[in-house]
Amino acid sequence: MSRIEVLSAGPSVTLQDSGRTGLSAFGLSAGGAMDPAALAEAKALLGASFDGCAIEMGQMGGRFRADTDIVIALTGAAMKAQVDGATLAWGQTHLWPAGAVLEIGATTVGAYGYLAVAGVWDLPERYGAKSTHIQAGIGAPVAAGDALDVTPSKAEVGLGLPEWRAPIDEVRVLPSVQTNWFGESGRAWLEQTRFTKTARASRMGAALSFDGAGVESDHGLSVTSEIVSLGDIQITGDGTPYVLMREAQTTGGYPRIATVISADLPAFAQLPAGAQVRFRFVTLDEALAARADMTDLAKRLRGMVRPVVRAPETIHDLLSYTLVSGVVSATDPEGWE
Amino acid sequence: MTKIDPVLYPLGEDGLLVEFAPALSMQANAAAIACRDAVSALGLDGVVEVGSTLKSTFMRFDPVVLSHGRAEAALRDVLGQEDWSAVEVPVARAWRLPSCFDADFAPQLEEFAGLAGRSAGDLVDELAATPLRVLALGFAPGMPYLGMLPEHWNVPRQSALTPRVPVGAITAAVRQIVLFAVPSATGWRQIGQAAWRGFDPYAVSPHLTAGDVLRFDPVSADAFADHLKSGGRLIAERHL
Repeated sequence: MSRIEVLSAGPSVTLQDSGRTGLSAFGLSAGGAMDPAALAEAKALLGASFDGCAIEMGQMGGRFRADTDIVIALTGAAMKAQVDGATLAWGQTHLWPAGAVLEIGATTVGAYGYLAVAGVWDLPERYGAKSTHIQAGIGAPVAAGDALDVTPSKAEVGLGLPEWRAPIDEVRVLPSVQTNWFGESGRAWLEQTRFTKTARASRMGAALSFDGAGVESDHGLSVTSEIVSLGDIQITGDGTPYVLMREAQTTGGYPRIATVISADLPAFAQLPAGAQVRFRFVTLDEALAARADMTDLAKRLRGMVRPVVRAPETIHDLLSYTLVSGVVSATDPEGWE
Repeated sequence: MTKIDPVLYPLGEDGLLVEFAPALSMQANAAAIACRDAVSALGLDGVVEVGSTLKSTFMRFDPVVLSHGRAEAALRDVLGQEDWSAVEVPVARAWRLPSCFDADFAPQLEEFAGLAGRSAGDLVDELAATPLRVLALGFAPGMPYLGMLPEHWNVPRQSALTPRVPVGAITAAVRQIVLFAVPSATGWRQIGQAAWRGFDPYAVSPHLTAGDVLRFDPVSADAFADHLKSGGRLIAERHL
């Protein structure tokens, strides 16, 4: 067993796996990682040593010290990271030596970075998952003074993933149960307006701002509460569109104009405050095709993993390199082809 | 009797919703719960959750295993098998909770009684004698909306929020009771408090499901404290 001491932590640091399903009628929303694709990255980098759970860091990381060597993978939004003063590249696996202080600062791109370890977190499963659900009171944010226990296992150090996704500026949506309440003009408004993600964003949801006139539902504001879907865009009392994220309430009385498709929700979660976004209605078939692409993401990413430092003894497929032409450097980190 | 006319909607990319009425009624709620049970009983492969809300049944599924077309056909099949305007809720489970209505536990009981045009004592007697249906859970995990009480309980929510009610607060408005599973601000008036620990983050205690029946059993402040001390859990009722 290894113990990770939390020396300091940002305000939105939590342990997250893929969350809980099947409990919305009980009033418990899915929770889980805001960017499930970052968990797929950790799975690709750490292989079977990843237990599916990682430390999620919203915009700001923390300082940590472990009492044994641990192999880590840094995934999701890139953050400034150092071990005892030496810079660590994001999107790679590293050795975190016993006693060394791992310092993770602010995000440089995106909103949520992830610290994954090779090993199993010693956390109880509650309602079928290890995820902290702040709104429900299942677990609590990681804070200074906490001690987190892990049974470490082996994984390869010096593996990396290329930049495989670009920030999005268009988010695909499906109609919600109440889209018709906004009429054709409401639909057109949603597609033609340029929205800005505001700083009022959390694991519960993200408020959007826009210029110009808003939109109204012909049912007014007083509607009987109905089940919400992850990614629903509700129009709140003052006309603000609010995208419901992983710790949203399970039912809501505000009308919802559309639902962000599951394949685009991780990238939307990663948009920083101030990012601009457009919405586009797609067919159910397009949404399902995009969803299918996401389900085998970890496997596809696994095929993109490469050793980042080309010391000959770490190159598994040495014979496949054209050594005689002298293009392989033993020391330079290689660019991604 | 109101005619119930179910309407089916897609619910995002992995769900279907059957709405039994545009607004809450006891019959729409009964239909939603009965339909939930009927769809659950199908045991379809790929179904992730079947649940009910105040006035609807919903089903979530893995669209790779269960296509939208097949899910919709199964749901339409269930809808065709029942007269939803007459269906009754099968009472699966009945519970009670020791509850206190002394002034310290019921800060707005007198005010509510005034608005309802009844004495506080009569309201408490009426509440204690009425097993209430769990209409739906929401707001916080395991937190029930209970109903429906007689027409004189049709008191609107207050316009200003009470800054904080405790876990177990029995609050009333619009012929319903909301039993708080977490401390919260609310527009509902607190007329009593149940000796209940609320949502159990450790997932050990039994919890309510829509369709269950719950009765508030008036007890002394001492008996209230004893039940909380012993865990503050729901007590299964043998007899309705």
